[in-house]
Amino acid sequence: MRDTLSSTISSVTDLLLRSPAAPDVLTEQTGAAFAPVCSVEIEARALSKTFGATPIFSDVSFRLARGEATALVGANGTGKSTLLRCLMGLIPTSGGTVHLLGQQTDKATGRQMRNIRAQVGLVSQKHNLVPRLTVLSNVLHGLLGKHPGIRHWSHSLAPQFSRETAMQALERVGLADFAHRRADRLSGGQSQRVAIARAIVGAPKVLFADEPCASLDPSAGEDVMELFFQLVRDENVTVVFTSHNIEHALKYGDRLLGLAQGRIQLDATAASLSSADLRGLYD
Amino acid sequence: MTDTASPRNERARFELARFERPSAISFLGYALGLVIIFWCLAGAGFSLEKVASSPPRFADFAARAFPPNLDPQVLTRLGWKMVETLQIAVAGAVIGVILSVPVALLAAKGLIAGPLVNQIVRTGLSFIRAVPDIAWALVFVVAVGLGPFAGMLAIVIDTIGFCGRFFADDMEATDKGPAESLTATGARKLDVVACATIPGSLPAFISTSLFALEKAVRSSTILGLVGAGGIGIELKVGFDLFDYPTAMTVILMIAVVVIGIELVSGWARTKIIGEQR
Ligand SMILES: Nc1ncnc2c1ncn2[C@@H]1O[C@H](COP(=O)(O)OP(=O)(O)OP(=O)(O)O)[C@@H](O)[C@H]1O
Ligand SMILES: [Mg+2]
Repeated sequence: MRDTLSSTISSVTDLLLRSPAAPDVLTEQTGAAFAPVCSVEIEARALSKTFGATPIFSDVSFRLARGEATALVGANGTGKSTLLRCLMGLIPTSGGTVHLLGQQTDKATGRQMRNIRAQVGLVSQKHNLVPRLTVLSNVLHGLLGKHPGIRHWSHSLAPQFSRETAMQALERVGLADFAHRRADRLSGGQSQRVAIARAIVGAPKVLFADEPCASLDPSAGEDVMELFFQLVRDENVTVVFTSHNIEHALKYGDRLLGLAQGRIQLDATAASLSSADLRGLYD
Repeated sequence: MTDTASPRNERARFELARFERPSAISFLGYALGLVIIFWCLAGAGFSLEKVASSPPRFADFAARAFPPNLDPQVLTRLGWKMVETLQIAVAGAVIGVILSVPVALLAAKGLIAGPLVNQIVRTGLSFIRAVPDIAWALVFVVAVGLGPFAGMLAIVIDTIGFCGRFFADDMEATDKGPAESLTATGARKLDVVACATIPGSLPAFISTSLFALEKAVRSSTILGLVGAGGIGIELKVGFDLFDYPTAMTVILMIAVVVIGIELVSGWARTKIIGEQR
């Protein structure tokens, strides 16, 4: 009863937030002085996570608006990847709530959760391609949320339209020539770009990218960040990316969230920060 | 100085204690162990007399069995029986491997079924493995009558008991990363299993299946003892009629085929899985 009630409330809230009366205007100033009336796509409230008895982070709260690029920064092991997995509901949280595309993730049914995830792309830090399958099959898997069933299991079964969509995604990451290569025979940077293609092939509204440039050479890294930038500007995609590249974080993030000592220690617009402010996070 | 000396002393005392203290209990343990072994030997009818008298008897058997029966007519008959044996083994193993995949999906933790179903299926598989293949053959002889079909069904069941369990273990052990990433695309559980878990476990599946085939060939050679088809019947008839040369031929044929299948499957394993790397 309460479940349905609260999900109704959240979908009503979502409708209100998306209605023309509340336009998607996002003022320059985000961050601490976050305007309450705007299209919130991702909201974390007092989120905490422990693995066994080990606390990873706690009291993490933020709201991210549609069409905003957020850089999540922090030292190794501070819980950035864990936070992204919690936001997608891939692992249970230890406390607090996540609202993703207007739905509270821990109260969503399996079907509702799949529905949300179909509109969200994830690039894992470890790429997580399926070995032995072709690059094209791997990219097609990104459409499984929207098109469940055997036709998207492998490139040889896929409908023409899906195959073209997947090829376009591969072209965007510059790997169209590798479509029929086996995924476990790619270089680290190539497999990273295939993972990006798999995440964007379904035209997601939200894109989580966990160190999308970690395996890429400087020029490929710039290309990928430009691609994300383009998605944000042209398609109003909400991007959250983690990076250890301070320049990238400042250049491509509208907003920066810094994790340290299990807390959000930094939440500010990129414009208001210098690289010296960020270095403090790593001490 | 004292700092380094005292831990060493303590360690020496600890080691002394380790050797001294449990000796009374361990003496009792050894004694009990010996009693149990003698009790088992008695139960098994162990008799030194028979051991002593067996070499002459064995020599007698060997003298009567050698040379093995190499009569072309007999060899042809046994050859065809061996072909039937391999047919039973291959057909049973292939069907068993195919049926094992859905069974294993239900048995593997965290894939498509909940813990209760996992436990029930795993218990069922343990039961299947607990019943010997020859007992399954007897059951199927009753159910479908004498002949190779009963033997094949016994191999199918035996293979499910083996592969169902090991396929499930293989799937539980594969990298969960790709499955998580596909879950993140909003894919259904079945799609995730088909696209990430099964392709990821494929080398292990192939290896397990080749073991199942070896096991099936070994089983199929003795199913004939209970009338479930294959070359085993010739072995039984040979011994029943004191036709030891023919029985010896059968034993040698079985040995050659079983060793051969082990070589082939070992070769296939390195060939297929080696190439995957
Ligand atoms: N499944 C798990 N079980 C137990 N501990 C885990 C698990 N996954 C991650 N951790 C721990 O949680 C902490 C945060 O890990 P996480 O991968 O989120 O860090 P990160 O900020 O992404 O680091 P990096 O910059 O190296 O990618 C680490 O100390 C890690 O050891
Ligand atoms: Mg990480």
